[in-house]
Amino acid sequence: MSDFKLPSLGADMDAGTLERWLVAPGDTVKRGQVVAVVETSKAAVDVEIWQDGQIEELKVQSGQKVPVGTVLATLRTTVPTRDQTPKQTPELIPEPTPEPILKTPTRSSDKSTPDRPQPISSKAQPAQTTQAAEQTVPAVPAPTQPVPASASRVRISPAARKRALKIGLDWSRLKGSGVQSSVVLADLEHISQAKQVSAASPSGVLAGRQQAMRRAIAAAMSRSKREIPHNYLSESIPMTLALAWLQQHNAGVVITERLLPAVLQLKAVALALQQVPQLNGHYVDGEFHSVDAVHAGMAIALRGGGLVAPALHDVQSKPLTVLMRELTDLVKRARAGSLRSSEMSDPTVTVTNLGDQGVESVFGVIYPPQVALVGFGAISARPVVEAELVCARPVVTASLAADHRVTDGHQGALFLTALRELLQSPEQLEMP
Amino acid sequence: MAAITYREAVREALREALQSDARVFLMGEDVGRYGGTYAVSKGLLDEFGPQRVRDTPLSELGFTGLGIGAALGGMRPIVEVMTVNFSMLAMDPIVNTAAMMRHMSGGQFSVPVVIRMTTGAGRQVAAQHSNSLEGWYAHVPGLKVLAPATLEDARGMLAPALADPDPVLIFEHAGLYNMEGELPGPVEVDIRRARVRREGQDVSLITHGGSLPKALKAAEVLAEQGVSAEVLDLRVLRPLDETSILASVRKCRRAVVIDEAWRSGSLAAEVVARISEQAFFDLDAPLARVCNEEVPIPYPRHLEEAALPQVEKITAAALHLMGR
Amino acid sequence: MNMNRDQLKSTALDVLRGIAPEVEPNTLEPAIPLRHQVDLDSMDWLNFLIGLHERLGVNIPESENANLVTLDNVLDFLQAHGQD
Repeated sequence: MSDFKLPSLGADMDAGTLERWLVAPGDTVKRGQVVAVVETSKAAVDVEIWQDGQIEELKVQSGQKVPVGTVLATLRTTVPTRDQTPKQTPELIPEPTPEPILKTPTRSSDKSTPDRPQPISSKAQPAQTTQAAEQTVPAVPAPTQPVPASASRVRISPAARKRALKIGLDWSRLKGSGVQSSVVLADLEHISQAKQVSAASPSGVLAGRQQAMRRAIAAAMSRSKREIPHNYLSESIPMTLALAWLQQHNAGVVITERLLPAVLQLKAVALALQQVPQLNGHYVDGEFHSVDAVHAGMAIALRGGGLVAPALHDVQSKPLTVLMRELTDLVKRARAGSLRSSEMSDPTVTVTNLGDQGVESVFGVIYPPQVALVGFGAISARPVVEAELVCARPVVTASLAADHRVTDGHQGALFLTALRELLQSPEQLEMP
Repeated sequence: MAAITYREAVREALREALQSDARVFLMGEDVGRYGGTYAVSKGLLDEFGPQRVRDTPLSELGFTGLGIGAALGGMRPIVEVMTVNFSMLAMDPIVNTAAMMRHMSGGQFSVPVVIRMTTGAGRQVAAQHSNSLEGWYAHVPGLKVLAPATLEDARGMLAPALADPDPVLIFEHAGLYNMEGELPGPVEVDIRRARVRREGQDVSLITHGGSLPKALKAAEVLAEQGVSAEVLDLRVLRPLDETSILASVRKCRRAVVIDEAWRSGSLAAEVVARISEQAFFDLDAPLARVCNEEVPIPYPRHLEEAALPQVEKITAAALHLMGR
Repeated sequence: MNMNRDQLKSTALDVLRGIAPEVEPNTLEPAIPLRHQVDLDSMDWLNFLIGLHERLGVNIPESENANLVTLDNVLDFLQAHGQD
């Protein structure tokens, strides 16, 4: 038996509202499966469970707001109970979570359908663990009755869905008044009217979220600056070789396989961090915990304002094409508001690339409990000295903001030097 | 003008047909001397004589085939099959000959026969005499199937049916014969369109034949509860007037189909399928059907009533779609 | 595939809106740099080119990037190379 507790999905998060369950008692769940959607002050986040098992009881109901660490559900497991709480403790400063736009309802229900086992199928699964034999399988409804959807899924009539998408309304949290509690047109009208009545925010739900996200970022950044003694280093890195390699690579592949310079830079950061592991990990309760893998938080600006930095996992071991693909997907999902809790809680370092904005360099604010933030400015033609002559070459300024409690300038310099060297041999970056 | 019954309206239509076209004749069991099992053809034998109003032997298969043969030979017979129950004995000539002759002859022959049948339940005549099988005939290409549910249609549908060069089946619900109302003079109706009998906004009650009065009554009950129900009389079961059906459903966004037949493989199922195929994104609620309970129609009154669509079942279905 | 300039423009704007939904297509100045009018980072730009490739079958080589500054530049290129 083990407890599934509400994880912290952002450092300034003390509590969250259980928006809906995507599983029901009796469902078999697998490690990594999204089991619930939790509403934080900024977003609705998909929450994964980190153990295999069978849901025993749902302790918190939809709509309930509970503190971080509250037991949300109990789980029957046959494996030794592992501590499920993520590495961070509730006190930590948040990483700003994404603002979901209107695709949230379709996205959640679409995603959850393949993962979420129906009560009927759980009976049909072969008893691969002893738990099925030991425990009573929940009663399966007769085939003539409609399959009971899990408690969570919001039904909406086709007409109402069409209208909601058109007017940009998130119906995932509406209470439906139609057949089987489905959301119907009349329910949308109530919401629209209610929105008109509330003069506070210009566009209701979304503006509220945006304000909340801004507040969260404000809180996080303030706390970071208060608590983390930042020290800064920067290095100008010639990009001639890297860009030449990139150009050649891109010319030989289809457009969908092209790589961006940012991916080269990201991979170089990961490999450089393996040489200076004191910059990759978490500072918790006065102690630094280094992490072997480099889960790089990618700073992604959201259209319309706001910033998120979800993790791209295991950057050090992935080929460039995989990183490109995953980054593209991550950006898309970040902007659509459909990130996973593991992406929010896992980064071991953050990389911010403001190159496209055309600024020379960026010195960022570290996201606790991380201890470093790497910044890249624009790649631009600058005068450099080669063989005692001045010539124009593409150069990028890479910066490092580091937590002085954990590292000194020396380690930072080693890191930036390694980064520079790696970007001079781009073919090294291709290999995992 | 004086009140007229549905039965009398049909009789008037028959009279007019016999008067206006010498090729027309009525044939069936007990249509002549007896005046018709439901008294529809009462007096017609006296008026038109035994060549035009012909009593047939007790053999649906035989006399339906005769009628079809007469139609092929240039006559315009109105074959009366006492009830749809007995028509099962004549299904082969109706389906395999009348319906298919045009196709099988490459257009050389057609069968301009009109077959009138009584259908439906509600008079405690028990299982074998209470079926509603018009849906079976609506299944067959080559047939036109009509269900007059109003005095106007009872009076008016026969003429265009006779004018049609292909077989037309007319189903008269037994419970409607005594229905009374006013009918100002001769009427002209089409045999292609459904008709909105009562306008509404919230839910469309789609029905035909003997269930029409129940649907109208249900609409009144619903109005008292704040639900505005539209009532659509299908009138033509084959070919279905999809345009009217979809227009009504798109407006109301909810629909209940009422069909006095068993739901399985019913005409109601066909209507629901078409709505779901073509108006899915306009629906604000699932589609519903009110049909017979899946049992042979019982003989005792209270059980028979329980087995058929009733006003209460229709209103309950509509309210359910409203989320109540 | 033979499209006239208007059709190309409408397709290109459609692709653009898929990436930057906040854009009002009729307010775009075709002769002013696109990235001055729309917030497009390098990934957005690549996705824009991929979108054009998928919709119009035109491959825009990376070497052209420097020349494709305005919407007019893009349409010129598409017209010149769209007859594959």
